[in-house]
Amino acid sequence: MAKKILIADDEQNIVISLEFLMKREGYEVSVANDGDEAVRRIRAEKPDLVLLDVMMPKKSGFEVCQEVKSNPELQSVRILMLTAKGRDTEVAKGLALGADAYMTKPFSTKELVERVRSMLAER
Amino acid sequence: MLSGTVVVAASFAYLLVLFAVAWYGDRRAEQGRSIIANPWTYAMSLAVYCTAWTYFGSVGRAASGGVWFLPIYLGPTLAMSLSWVVLLKMIRISRTYRITSIADFIASRYGKSHLLGGLVTIIAVVGMVPYIALQLKAISSGYSVLTGSDDSGVFPFAAASWFNDGTLYVALTLALFTVLFGARHLDAAERHEGMVAAIAFESVVKLLAFLVIGGFVTWSVYEGFDDIFTRAFADPELAALLSLKTASSAGYGGWFALTLLAMLSVIFLPRQFQVTVVENVNEQHLRRATWLFPGYLLLINIFVLPIALGGLLYFGRGTVDPDTFVLSLPLAHGERALALLAFVGGFSAATGMVIVETIAVSTMVCNDLVMPLLLGIERFKRSNHPDLTGLLLGIRRGAIVVVLLLGYLYFRLAGEAYALVSIGLISFAAVAQFAPAMLGGMYWRGGTREGALAGLLAGFVVWAYTLMLPSVAKSGWLDRAFLDYGLFGLEYLRPEQLFGLGGLDSISHALFWSLTANIACYVIVSLARVPTGQEATQATLFVDVFSRGQDTPATFWRGSAQIQDLQPLVARFLGAERARRMFESYARERGVARIDDLKPDAGLVQFAETQLAGAIGSASARVMVSSVVQEEPLGLDEVMDILDEASQVRAYSHELEEKSQALEAATAELRAANERLKELDRLKDDFMSSVTHELRTPLTSIRAFSEMLLDDPEIDLKDRTRFLGIIVSETERLTRLVNQVLDMAKIESGHAEWHNTDIDMRELVGHAVETTEQLFRDRGAVLELDLPDRAPHLRADRDRLLQVMLNLISNAAKFVPGDTGVVRVRLTCETGQLRVDVTDNGPGIAPEQLGVIFEKFRQGGDQYSRPQGTGLGLPISRQIVEHFGGRLWVQSRPGEGATFSFVLPLPPEAGDGPDRAMT
Repeated sequence: MAKKILIADDEQNIVISLEFLMKREGYEVSVANDGDEAVRRIRAEKPDLVLLDVMMPKKSGFEVCQEVKSNPELQSVRILMLTAKGRDTEVAKGLALGADAYMTKPFSTKELVERVRSMLAER
Repeated sequence: MLSGTVVVAASFAYLLVLFAVAWYGDRRAEQGRSIIANPWTYAMSLAVYCTAWTYFGSVGRAASGGVWFLPIYLGPTLAMSLSWVVLLKMIRISRTYRITSIADFIASRYGKSHLLGGLVTIIAVVGMVPYIALQLKAISSGYSVLTGSDDSGVFPFAAASWFNDGTLYVALTLALFTVLFGARHLDAAERHEGMVAAIAFESVVKLLAFLVIGGFVTWSVYEGFDDIFTRAFADPELAALLSLKTASSAGYGGWFALTLLAMLSVIFLPRQFQVTVVENVNEQHLRRATWLFPGYLLLINIFVLPIALGGLLYFGRGTVDPDTFVLSLPLAHGERALALLAFVGGFSAATGMVIVETIAVSTMVCNDLVMPLLLGIERFKRSNHPDLTGLLLGIRRGAIVVVLLLGYLYFRLAGEAYALVSIGLISFAAVAQFAPAMLGGMYWRGGTREGALAGLLAGFVVWAYTLMLPSVAKSGWLDRAFLDYGLFGLEYLRPEQLFGLGGLDSISHALFWSLTANIACYVIVSLARVPTGQEATQATLFVDVFSRGQDTPATFWRGSAQIQDLQPLVARFLGAERARRMFESYARERGVARIDDLKPDAGLVQFAETQLAGAIGSASARVMVSSVVQEEPLGLDEVMDILDEASQVRAYSHELEEKSQALEAATAELRAANERLKELDRLKDDFMSSVTHELRTPLTSIRAFSEMLLDDPEIDLKDRTRFLGIIVSETERLTRLVNQVLDMAKIESGHAEWHNTDIDMRELVGHAVETTEQLFRDRGAVLELDLPDRAPHLRADRDRLLQVMLNLISNAAKFVPGDTGVVRVRLTCETGQLRVDVTDNGPGIAPEQLGVIFEKFRQGGDQYSRPQGTGLGLPISRQIVEHFGGRLWVQSRPGEGATFSFVLPLPPEAGDGPDRAMT
C-alpha cells in the first residue's frame, strides 16, 4: 500500500514541484495551502509523512508541528520541515518542537527524495 | 494703712512661693522634663522687660505726659515684629559658640578681645546699677505708701542709718535668692531653668495684679472707660494732657528717639539678652514670642491711662506722687487687700528684673572682668590647681552681691532726686551703645576690635557727659555750672545742648549724640585697618552663622594638642566629673570608644574651647586653651585662603554635581540611542531575514524544476513546457525582487537620485493608465479615468511618480474580480495640493491588515488571491510620495473594495495658478 504524504506550503510553484516529485516516487499525495488546512488534513488523513513549510498563513509550520506532536493519536506522523529561513535557531526550534527532520530551501530534489524514503523506511 | 509686719510677711511669703517655683523648675530640669521648654513660658520670661518701672512708672509718666508713656512699649513691639530675625541670628550664634553674655558676644566677635569684653562689662554695670537702684526704690517707696510711714512716698522707710534700712535687707534677700538660683552650679550653657520658671511666674503675677487694680479703678471707683475719659475731658488741664499736642510736644523726633531706644533696649539689655538668647531652649519658641510678648505689653498697658487719669481726678494734681497711684488709689478707697496685691505685683516686677539683671551682669563681671585679670597673673595661669569651679562660683556670687549693693548705694545716694522713668531711660541709653558693635558684628565683616572699642568708648563717654553727669548734677552732687555754661565755660559743650543742638528732650539729645559718635567711630576706625586673621575668622563665623555648619570653626586652626592637656584644663573650670562626661559624649559623637582615642585635632581643641567659653567667656577660654596647645597663629591671608579654599571646595563640588548630572543625562541619551540602534539592528535583521526568505522561495522552485527536468528527460511535453514557464516566471520574480530591494535601500539610505522636472499630473496619470491597459484587457476588467480640465504643474521626479501610479493601478488590477472588475483612477485639484485616488471593487482589506500592508514584505490577500508581488511596492510608493512632501494612505472595508489615495503639495507660487499649467 502506498504511503500517504501531505504537502503543506503556500507557494503554489513549490507545491507543484513537490507534488510531482512525490507522485513520481509512487506516494499518495495530498496538499494543504495554509497551517489550518494542514492540521485539518493531518487529523483526517493521518498521512505517513508531512512536508511542512514553516512560513504559512494562519498557522506557522512550528505551530502545526507542535499540535501534531502533542496529539497521541498522531504519533505515527513523520514531519519533515522545509524552510526558506536557514538560520540555525530555526532548525533548532523545529527539532525541539518534535520535527523528525529539517531541510532548507532551496533543496536538492535528490536529497529530499532520499530523506523522505529513509524516513518512511524507518518504520 | 497696713502694718509693716503684714507687708513684710506678704513679701516673704511671695518670695517663698518664688523659691518653690524655681526649685520645682530646677528639679524638673534635672529630671529632663523641663517646664520652661514651651513658647508660653519663653514669652512670659521675656516679659521681665516690664519692671517696677513699668508697673509704677508708666502711670506716673502718663499722669504727666499723657500718651507719652507709649513709646517704651511700642519699641519692643516693633522690635519683636521687625527684628526677630536679628534675635534669631543672635540665638544661633550664641548657641553655636557658647556665648553667655553681651560682653562675651562682642568680645568674641572682635577677635576674642579681653579689652572689649571688659569695656562692655563696665558699661553694663554702670548702666544697670541705676536701673537696679530704681527697682529697690520702687519697693521701698511702695512699702512706705502702704504702711503710711511717709505720705509723700518720696523718702522711704525714714531710716536713720543704713543698718536700719529695710531696703538694704530687701537687696540682700534678693542677692541670696539670685545666688541660689543663678549661681548654684556652673553650667557650660549658663542656663538657669528654675530661675526662668520663677521669672515667667512673676510676669504672670505682675500682669494679673495690674489688671486687677486697673479693673478696680475703672469699674469700681469709676463707671468704666467712658466715665473716666468723659470726666477727664471735662477738666481743662486733663483734657490738655490727653490731646495729642501734649504727646507731640517733645516733637516727632522725641517719639522716634524714645521708640528707637526701647527697640534697642529690648534686644540689648543684659537681662533681655539673658532670657531671650541664653535661656532660649528652642529657636522655634521665638516665633511664638514675637506676637505673645507684644500681646503681653498691650495687656499691661490697657489700664495705664485710666489709672493715671483716675488718680489725677481723685487726688488732684500735686498731692500724691502719680508713681504710687497703683497703691494709693485702692488704699484711699479702703481696699487694703487690693493694695497689698498691687504691692506684691510691683514687688514681683522689681524682683524679677533684679534677679535676671544681676545674673547677667555677674556673668559678665566674672567672665570678662575678673577672669581676664586672674589670667593676667602668670602664677594663676600656670598653677596646677585641678578644680577652679569653686573659685568661679565664688566670683559669680560675689559679683551678684556687689552689683546689688552698688544698686543699693546708688539708691541711697541719688535715688530720691529722680522720678522712676528718668532713671530707667538713662540705663536704656547706656545699653543702646551696644547696638552698633552688636549689629555691625552680625552683619558686617569689616568691623575690627579697635573700631568696636572706639565706638563703645565714644558712645559711652558722650552718654556719660550728656546724660549721666547732668543727672548727678541735678541731684546736687556736682556743681551745676557746667550744665548751664558748658565745660570750661565753653557754651557749645553744654551737656544738654551739645554743639548748640537744642529743642530736644535730654534723652533724645543724648541718644542722638552718643549713637552718632558711636557709629561714626566704629565705622571710621574699623575702616582704617584691614581685619586681622582672628577678627576675620570670627567675623565669618558670626556673619555666616546660618550658612556655615557647626564644624567649620575647626578649620581655622593649625597646631597640635594633647587630650591629656585639654581634659584637665576643662576640668579645672567645670569640674572633673562634668568634664569627663562632656569628653565622653564628644567621643561618642565622633564614633570613638574612649576619650584617649580621640584625635587631638582642630575639632577637639575647638570643642574644649567652646565648653570653656560657656564657663569663663570666650576670650578667657582662648587664653587658657592656647596655654596648653601649641598653635601657629593664622594670618589674615591664611584665614582668607582657608575661606577661599572652602568656597572653592563648595564651587568645585557644585561643579561636580553639575557634571555628574550632565553625565547622567548623557548616559540616558546614550542608552536611548543604543536602544534605537538595537531597534534598527533588529529591523535590519528582520529585513535581511525577510529578503533571504523572499529570495529562497523562487530559487527553490527554480532549482526543483530544473533538477526534475535535468534528471528526467522523459517528462512529457506538456509538463515540460509548464515547468519551464514556472522557471521563467520565478526568475522574473527574482529579478523584480532584487531591483526593488536595491531601490528601497537607496531611498532609505538617501542615496537615491531624483531627477526633478515640471510635471503635468494629467499627462502622467493618463500615461500610467495607457501603460496598464493591456493588463486590464487580459483580466477582462475595466479601467475608468477621471481627470480635471487642467491641473497645475508640480516639481518632482517623473519616473518615480509613474512608478507609484503603476504600482497602485497594477495592485488594483490584481485584486479586482476577473469579469466584473472595475478600477477607477481620479485626479483632483485641492487647495495647495493634487490628489489621486485609485479605487477598486476587489475584496477589500481587513481592518487588521490596513496598517501592515505598507510594511515591507507584507502582502495583502490570502494564498489563493495572493498576486505575484514582492511585498515592497507599497512601502516604496509611500517613501516616494513622502519624499515629495505628500501622503499615501488607504481606505477600505472588507467586501467593498479599497481606495488608495495620495496627495502631493503644489509649490506655493503655483497654488493659485492653474493658468500656469496652460503655459
